[in-house]
Formats: sequence, structure tokens, C-alpha cells
Amino acid sequence: MQLTLHRSAAPYPPERQRPRVGFFTDTSICIGCKACEVACKEWNNVPADDCGFSGDSYDNTLALGADTWRHVAFIEQRRPLGLREEPGTSLVQEAAAGQLGADGELPVHEDAGFRWLMSSDVCKHCTEAACLEVCPTGSLFRTEFGTVVVQEDVCNGCGYCIPACPFGVIDQRKDDGRAWKCTLCYDRLRDDMEPACAQACPTKSIQFGELEELRARAERRVEQLRGAGEPGAQLYGADPQNGVGGTGAFFLLLDEPETYGLPPDPVDTTRDLTEIWQTAALAGAMLVAGSVLALIGSRR
Amino acid sequence: MAECHPVGFQWVMEAKLRGAKIIHVDPRFTRTSAVADLHVPLRAGTDIAFLGGIVNYIIEHRRWFDEYVRRYTNAEVIIDERYADTEDLDGFFSGWNPESRSYDPTSWQYDGMETFSAGGQREEGAILGEAAHYAQGGQLQGGEPPNIDPTLEHPRCVFQLLKRHYARYTPEAVEEITGVPREVFIEVAESLCDNSGRERTSAFCYAVGWTQHSVGVQYIRTAAIVQLLLGNIGRPGGGILALRGHTSIQGSTDIPTLYNILPGYIPMPHSHSHQNLAEFIDNNSAATGYWGHMDAYMTSLLKAWWGDTATAQNDYCFDYMPRITGDHSVYQQILKMRDGEVEGFFVMGENPAVGSANSKLHRLAMAELKWLVVRDTSITESASFWKDGPEIETGELRAQDIETEIFFLPAASHVEKAGSFTNTQRLLQWREQAVEPPGDCRSELWFMYHLIRRIREKLAESTEARDRPILDLTWNYPTQGPHDDPDPESVVAEINGWDADGKPLSAYTQLKADGSTACGCWIYCGWYADGVNQAARRKPGSEQSWVAPEWGWAWPANRRILYNRASADPDGNPWSERKRYVWWDAEQGKWTGHDVPDFKPDTSPDYRPAEGATAEDAIRGDKPFIMQADGRGWLFVPSGLTDGPLPTHFEPHESPFPNPLYGQAANPARQQFPRPDNPSNPTFGEPGTEVFPYVMTTYRLTEHHTAGGMSRVVPHLSELQPEFFCEVSPELAAERGLQHGGWATIVSSRSAIEARVLVTERIRPLRIGSDPARTVHQVGLPYHWGTRGLRTGDSANDLFPLVLDPNVHIQEVKAATCDIRPGRRPRGAQLLELVDDYRRRMQGEAA
Amino acid sequence: MDLRDLVENLPLARQLRGDTLALGPAAQSGPTASLRPRTATADRVAKSVCPYCAVGCGQRVYVKDERVIQIEGDPDSPISRGRLCPKGSASLQYVHSPMREYGVLYRRPHGTDWEPLSLEQAMDMIADRVIDTRARTFVGPDPDEPERKLNRTLGFGHLGGATLDNEENYLIKKGFSALGAIQIENQARI
Repeated sequence: MQLTLHRSAAPYPPERQRPRVGFFTDTSICIGCKACEVACKEWNNVPADDCGFSGDSYDNTLALGADTWRHVAFIEQRRPLGLREEPGTSLVQEAAAGQLGADGELPVHEDAGFRWLMSSDVCKHCTEAACLEVCPTGSLFRTEFGTVVVQEDVCNGCGYCIPACPFGVIDQRKDDGRAWKCTLCYDRLRDDMEPACAQACPTKSIQFGELEELRARAERRVEQLRGAGEPGAQLYGADPQNGVGGTGAFFLLLDEPETYGLPPDPVDTTRDLTEIWQTAALAGAMLVAGSVLALIGSRR
Repeated sequence: MAECHPVGFQWVMEAKLRGAKIIHVDPRFTRTSAVADLHVPLRAGTDIAFLGGIVNYIIEHRRWFDEYVRRYTNAEVIIDERYADTEDLDGFFSGWNPESRSYDPTSWQYDGMETFSAGGQREEGAILGEAAHYAQGGQLQGGEPPNIDPTLEHPRCVFQLLKRHYARYTPEAVEEITGVPREVFIEVAESLCDNSGRERTSAFCYAVGWTQHSVGVQYIRTAAIVQLLLGNIGRPGGGILALRGHTSIQGSTDIPTLYNILPGYIPMPHSHSHQNLAEFIDNNSAATGYWGHMDAYMTSLLKAWWGDTATAQNDYCFDYMPRITGDHSVYQQILKMRDGEVEGFFVMGENPAVGSANSKLHRLAMAELKWLVVRDTSITESASFWKDGPEIETGELRAQDIETEIFFLPAASHVEKAGSFTNTQRLLQWREQAVEPPGDCRSELWFMYHLIRRIREKLAESTEARDRPILDLTWNYPTQGPHDDPDPESVVAEINGWDADGKPLSAYTQLKADGSTACGCWIYCGWYADGVNQAARRKPGSEQSWVAPEWGWAWPANRRILYNRASADPDGNPWSERKRYVWWDAEQGKWTGHDVPDFKPDTSPDYRPAEGATAEDAIRGDKPFIMQADGRGWLFVPSGLTDGPLPTHFEPHESPFPNPLYGQAANPARQQFPRPDNPSNPTFGEPGTEVFPYVMTTYRLTEHHTAGGMSRVVPHLSELQPEFFCEVSPELAAERGLQHGGWATIVSSRSAIEARVLVTERIRPLRIGSDPARTVHQVGLPYHWGTRGLRTGDSANDLFPLVLDPNVHIQEVKAATCDIRPGRRPRGAQLLELVDDYRRRMQGEAA
Repeated sequence: MDLRDLVENLPLARQLRGDTLALGPAAQSGPTASLRPRTATADRVAKSVCPYCAVGCGQRVYVKDERVIQIEGDPDSPISRGRLCPKGSASLQYVHSPMREYGVLYRRPHGTDWEPLSLEQAMDMIADRVIDTRARTFVGPDPDEPERKLNRTLGFGHLGGATLDNEENYLIKKGFSALGAIQIENQARI
């Protein structure tokens, strides 16, 4: 018998199952206003994170976490400037180390290639969601919209989900120990309302909708951008063949995922579980068989 | 725009997706630059050179919209022969009086006119620059200038004067002054020209930082010249759009709490020239154009305020109006306050202790008051300067020594009262009240109503003449609700106005000068047409045309684009199908289109005024600018400005560079207040310039709101930008040893403040001047912080001098000089020693 | 819920009906199953406008039990189409700010701290201060040129924010002008 685990993003009976929804975050039109961060916190009563001044461009919330469910990254990206061509050291990094100008040489600015990338990150609502699969209490579950949600009345703060997430999204809140993350505004979806971040987004960088439609729209947008001289334009997370079976929240990036602090090849940390289980079962069976054989043998 | 008006910016992004080219000109690389097609950093304070360069480019390359310029602007008008340009006088126009440091503008007038009295009489000595807001105009015969040259070739016609004035604003000069490489500048100029004309329009959007210069009004004027030359005014997709920072700042000038104007931009009566109503009207209104009805607007205002008491016999209580005698702007008031000449001060929803230039001076001034009333939703720095202000820390002030009696009254928030805001496109929108205000929180409407009611009750038995205006004032607003709130709609009804039978008026064209109509603000007449609050209309945008005329109500007359007659050609046909907006329907004999036409509805394009015609009847059918006495868009402003008819590049009040165009470096007419508590840093050519070698500029961040009173109190906003920081280039960081993420102290002769250091390539050093060019470093300072709120920090405006534009008295806080050094600032009295040390150095004394 | 519903809603039953790993409906808790957006329970919705910048974005203000429970963009607005920036999105927290004051505070001359004061008394005292200052500083005819009228006081002034309503500005200008005050100013100057 082949042991199979049910990994469907649509586990509901047909009358309750709704089309899978998600976010398409088009970072090429993001203006980094952070309306998404605030609208999310206001709707979901998420407390302020208050990390203080980070010096990381205009980003002071720094990462997704228990108290930041939408996070806007700001990447000040330069191509080599004048005299200093070595890749990897930015002038800002040198300034941070107090080394800039130490050799008496100042780089001359050429008017070439500086850009400020902005991208609003969020829980990916994976097709193969490790957080959900490792959750021992059933707090994390798959909704009828195909999204992955923590039920705070069930969560006991065990924290298993946290290392399971390949994106480092889900996190424990310091004061209550429970795990928190984006719910894709599950309560709002129940009343056919848009998630708070998508509704607020001034430029519609964050688009909410049925996943199939969003993916098609995103493909068209990538084509358009590449045609318009953005060779780095690429989709992140949209591919159902990727390590998490495709994400419910996916992104159009203008550069490699690492630039935005995203893992280039995220893999469902429980993806091999089926195989592991089968192997374990086989090993167990062999052990039993071996023991039996040994027993038989010994009786000889 | 993306930085400060993200939701408005959605339309820019949508235009970009449809192929529009977005150019961002700003010293700083912002969120707007990040998505613009081109970011053009320039030296702060040099925009007139940049825009003047575009004017020159347009003329040089013959790119102007010829028919528009010839027919709709004053390009053809010949100017008085006594006029002399800055080209002739090395940075001055004719009429300069060095003693009063002001201009006599008579030589700037149209040729052949005996007198040319603009709205807002210019006063001897005192500068009354708000004339620009007023009834500009002149005593033109039938609206026509006496001398014109349709060929545009006469050497004194406006077009030739313009050409000559800007001839030296070449791409090379632009590069030298602004630091913008000439090829980048040319790309901007070409893009603008390529995207203007019959088929296309271009828009200028600015945030009001553009106005915070000692030549602030002239910045906007230069943009107006460019847009008139390119035919981009009064047309869809064109215009110059002020993106204002406060929700009803437009409303605050329409129904002003400003010393120099009454509601609807009627000037405040002046003691010297306005002895009676007739004289007031005569001195302030043009005979031609819509200001020709100022008598009706003013009489109706007096009737609204003093009701039945106002009669023809008593000049409609004109003498009840207090008189101004010069500049009484808030800055003058603060200086008088500092000198102990002002006893009481109401501050409502404002925070001068953080938001005003040389804010330290403002705090010290308030400590000299006898009494102060502050109304806000939380305790602002302006309310608590005596308790936790920076001067308490330095020991300059001690609470025990401050005599000021202070009342803090908690205010209602926007959801706790009904009322209207006027947005940046003149659109009035009504807010419904959601809940009652909590505790002692009350609206300003409640406060003013009950304060004046109490004062009237206390003075009821008075026989003093001075008390007649307040006792005779109409103040009978019905009250309602648990707190006896005055009914805001009753105020709306009065602002809108009524006829002799008390019936609401529906348009300002119904206003009469015979006392039979009352109207609190003539431009808002029609807001309450048919007794219906038109600003409360909320027909969904998706259910109406793209102009959305049934959402809210725009003044005047619900027009969405002003001067929209210019969207049609002189014959009344759309310039092109693409840009069709308002046009003449010959069959019906009237103007029609997508918007309410901004023209007398039945005046045909071929209408020519008869001799002696007045008001709108004096405007030709092919002259769209109906508020101007001659119906023309003014490339050259013969009257209404105090510092010159043509915008001219002047260096900021404090600058490390010379003005390469003229011997006169800065705007000679700027308002300065040299006194020990308002010192200036040395400017180029003066000894000590090297003490303050850098240019500093202030600005806003998306996450905060102006002086922070509405954002530093919000956890979800203050966490996003928790600390005051300065933005510097890597090169400046290297030059001064500033460490990214560390601290810097920024110093001017006013004060020294500290900020976290954000080293960023978004701030770019620029090369200025020639033979040889020098590098200029700019220090960027967001100005949102103060001593109160969830997150505190020093206030950037402490560093700036009080120096003002002479037309509207706005502060220059977008360009001044400073020094920057690594590390935190000293505490207590040592801070003062540091600043003193700098002052000694700039005066050439040894440190 | 009858017995049949009860049985059908048992997690095991739900699991057997297709949610074999109990990651979907089988895992839903009672509160989750009955989850609704809080706006759905609002007693009323006020149509409003954002109080921050001058774009004038439409807002919907949701009220329950006389308390504002949510503020979000109004999709009907042709200006904003339901969108809000971070400040507009934070309007709810602005209304309920932890820094907000709900009572009148008074600082007496030379005082070192705030003291509470009733609104009634504060209004009465302020009216007295205005009357007093005005009586002392009002000037009728110009002392230098008596034939010219001034009819004003420079003894007190006003500076208003540009987030006040038009109706409020109207009463400020009208009321203070009738008292003879001319130094009536606004953020619009700044």
C-alpha cells in the first residue's frame, strides 16, 4: 500500500471550498509607503514592533515577525561607482565602519545606475505549508480560501512552526508566547472584503484575488517589464513546481530574490516527510521481519 | 509626491503605466525618484535658474504653443517705457527703493496706462504682497491693454522682455548654478516640450516646500510661465498642482485665518487707504474681469456678519472691520511677542514650537505671553515649552520664572465632529460625525461659538464704541447634542449666503451690492444651493464620469479645472480630440463640455466688449483668464507682486555660492529680521562663510505628518520612523568622519541639534560653479520631531533663520547653510557655548 | 445545532470527509468557524475624510457601542478609490492615541506642573482674559493720525492649524475680527 499524505490546498468539501486566493505583490510599482504595514496592524490589532532606528535605509521594522505581518524592504542598490569597482562593499557599509575616505581617496559619482528597490513582504501561504504540517495542536490550518491561518484560541505556543517555515515568517510574540502571522485577513474574506493591506495599497502594488487569475496577470506584467528594459524582472513563488508547491502570496521582483532578503530556493521542510515515513515504515517492517527471521533462526 | 501624497500618487503611477514620462526634480532622492523615469537632483534653492532655463530653451528652440501664447497670454502687450530689467540693473528691476528695501511697481505696468492700481493697495514702506491673491487688475478700457503688438516683435512687448530676461539662462548656466549636468537638463526641457501642445499636456506637481523660499512665490510664477508658454493651463492633464500638506489648508486660505485677507481673497481693509467702503472697493477691485463685482462680494460679507445692523446708511458696518497697517503675519506677531508686546495667543491645532523657522525664537516668544490657549488632541511642544522644552534643558528658561498662564483644551478629532475640509484641488468634502467627542474634548466650532457667546454676554451692558462690532455680530447659531454644539450646517448656510427672503443662493453671480444678499464667502456661494449641502454628495466614482462632478463640491461653481475655456481654441473648438474638455456649442449658443465651463456661459468666442464695458462683459470671448482684468494669462506680472514682474534667480539668504548672473546675490526685497535672537550665517562673499560650508534642507517622510502632532502620538507611525536622522552622502560622511548609524551634530548660528546619521547614496554631492567647479554637500533633515510624543528628537527648524518671502511672508526653510560634525551635541549650557563658539568663529574671532 | 450537525462537525467526522490530515476544516475551532470581520457588527458607518494631507481621501468610520472600531478607505471616492497611505491607515490609532488628552489642563503663572481645571471654568477664565487684554490694548483712531481708524487690538492673536474645518475657520475669522483682533494667522502661512 502506498501511504499518501493529503497536501491539497483545497481540503474542503465542494460546497464549502472557495477558489484559492492570494496576493500578487508587484514590487515594480511599490512606492514603499508602508500603508500595508499600518493597515494590517490597525485591522488585526497587531502591536507596534518598535525596533528603533536601524540605519537600514527607511526600514525600521526590519523583518516579518509576530508583530509585523507585512514588511516593506528598502534596498539602496548601486552599481560600481567611479574609483571603487570591487563588488560587495557599498559606500554606506564603509561609512558604517568608519573607513570611508581613510585612504584619502573619494569616489567620484558618475550618474549611473543607482536605484532604490522597495518590496512589501508577507506570509507566502504556501501550497505545501510546513508550519501547518508540523503544528501539533491544529492551531494552524488551511482555510476554505486555501490560505494558512493560526487560530490563536488553539495555539499553545509550542513554537514548532517557527523553524519549519522556510521563509522565516511565523514568529512567537514575546509577551504571550503564541505564534502570529498574516491571516490574509481571514475574517474579512468571510465577508468578501479585501485584505486590509491590499485595500490600502495606494498604487495597487499589492493585488488581491483568485490565485489563478493573479498568476496570469503577473505573467503578463513580467513580459511587459522585460520588454520595457527590465531584464531582471521575475516572478517569485508563483511556480507550482517550486519547493513549496507554489505560494499563495507571490511577488514580481526586479532583481534576484536574495537582493530582497528572500531565500532563492525555499523548500517545504516537511516535503520529505512522506518519503521519511515510508522509509521508516519499511525499516520498521524490515526490523520486524528481521526479528521474526532471527527468532525463527534461533529456534532452529 | 509619492513621499507625501501616496494616494494621490496612484494617478501618477497609472499615467506611467499608460506611457507618461515621470520626471522628479528634487535635491533629494525620494520614494518618488525611485519610480520616476528620471530623477534630477539639484542644489536646494536654485529652482528658478532651472525653470528659467526651460523658459529660455522653449524660446530659443521655438517650442512654445504659438496660438495659445498669442491669443491667451499677455505676450503681445507692450510694457511701460520706464521699465528696466534685472539684465539692465544687475539684479534689480526699476523702481527699487534702497531705503525701504521695496519696489515701486509703477514702471512695470502696461504701456499707456495712467494708473494701474492692483487689488491690495501697496502701502508706503509696508509690504503688502498678498496683492497676488487679490483682485489683480487694472483700469483697462473694455479690458483691453492700450498698446499691443500681435507680431510679438516690439522690443518692449512682454514676449521680447521675457526672451531677453532669460537669454542668459542657458544649459551651461543652469549646470553652473544648479549642479544639473546640461545634457540632463536638456532631456527635461525636451521631454516637456515633446509632451505639450494640441495633442498632449504636461503637469507640474509640487509640494509646498517649493514655496518655502525667500523667492517662494516666484518659484511658482516661473512654473506658470513655462506652462503658459507650452499651453498647459486650463486643460486636462495640465496645470500646476500644489500638493498641500494639511487636509484643509486650501480651505484655510479660502476662508482664511490670515491677517491680510477676508473670506474669498478679499483684502483686509487698510487704515490708510480704506476710509470707507467705496474707497475700499475702488482701491481693490479692477473694473474688468470678475473682480469687477467686489462691491457685491464685500457688501454681502458685511451683511453676513452684521445682519440687519449693516445698512447703506452706515456703510454696511464697514468701520466695524479692524484695520491693518502693514505686515501682521505670525512672524511679526512672534517678534512682537518676544519683545513683550503681545499679551495673549490662541494656538489651535498648530505647533509653531516645532514647525516654524527658528522655532527656538517662537518658544522664547511664547514664554513672554501673559496667557496662552492651546487646543489640540494631545499636549504639543507649543503647550509645554515651559516644562520640557529644549530651553529648559539649556537653562535659558526656568518654569518658575515664566509668567505665562497656559490653558490646554483637548480637541475633538475629525470623526468626532461634522464639518468640511477643502482639499488641494479646491474640492469641499463633508464629514459626518461618527461619535460624540470624549471627556472635555470639543471641536473648534464649539470653542469659538461658546467663547464669543460668553464674551458677548459679559459685555452685553457695555456702552463702549469698541464693543459694538462684537455685540452687533450675527451669532445666533442653533445648538444641538449633549454638548450644545453649534449646528455646522447653519454655518454652511451663512457662508453660502441667502437672498432678501432668506432663500439660499445658488451662485455668486446672484450676489448684490445693494445689501439685499448676505454671503460669508463669495467663492463658496453655491455650496448650499437649494438648501442642500452639496459638499456631502457622495455618488460613487464608478457611477459617474471621470470628472466626477457629483462627488463633493468644488469652488467656484463646482468647477474642477480652472480657466478651462483654455481647453478650447480661440474659436471654441477643442484643441484636439484627445484633449477635448470644454467647448463652444454654436447651435445652442453656449459653452459646454465635461466640466462646468469657466466662462460666461453664453459669451461666444467672437464676442468683443463694447467701449466702457465692465466686469466679465469687458472680457473678450477668446480670453480665458476671466479673473484677470484683461482676461489673459500673465507671463509678465505688471501688478500684484512685490519683488518683480519676472522671476529671477537669486541665491538663498544663506548660500555658500555667488550668484553668477547678477551682482545682487539674494532677493533684495526678502524680509529679514536681523536681531540677536535671529542671526544669519555669513553668505558668500562675507567673512566666515567657511564656518558653515554645507547646504541644509528640510523635508517630510511618508510615515509622519508635518510637525508631528498627529503622527508622533501614533504607535504604528512612530515605530516606522522612530528617530530624527540626517541624510548625508558617503562623500560628506568621509569628509566629516560621520559614521553611518551613529550620531551627528548639525550647527547653525541659531542652534545646534543632534540626529542619527543615515549615510546614503540617495544624497548626491553636486558640482557647482565654473573655473573651477566646487563640490557642494547637502544635509537632508526631516523635521517631524520634538520633545514630546512617543518618540522624541531634536527639531530641524531650530536651525533655520527667520527670513521670509516678501509677497506672502513664508519662511525660507528649504535652503540655508550649516556645519555638521560627528557625535552627539553637548547638553545643558554647553550647547549654548558650542553655538557661541560658532558665532565667534563666523565673526572672525579665534575659537 | 442538532445532534446530526454535532456529529458531522466532530473533527474526526470532518477528517473522514476528505480532510484526511486534519489540516483544514477538521482543525477549525469554534471561534474560527464563526469568525466575521468586526466591521460587520458595526452599529453604523460614518462617511468621512482623512485628517492628514490635502489629497482628501474618503474614509469610512465604523462605530459600535458609540466607539470607533475601524477606519478604512472609502472605495466610492473618485479621489482615493478606497486606498489610504500609512497615516490615513493609522487614523483609528490617532483617534485612540495613548497620548491623547481628555481633560482641560491649566498651568498657572510660575507653575511647574499642569493642574486639572473644569472646562466651564477654563472657558470663563479665557473669556475674561480676552476681555481684559482687549480693553487694555484696543485702539480706535490712529494715535498718530486721528482721522484714520484702526479699530483693532494687537494685544492678542491666533495661529490655527490647517486641519480645522471650514466652518471653524469661519467662526474664528468672524469672531476674532469682530473683537478687533487682526493677527489671525494659519499654518497656511508657514
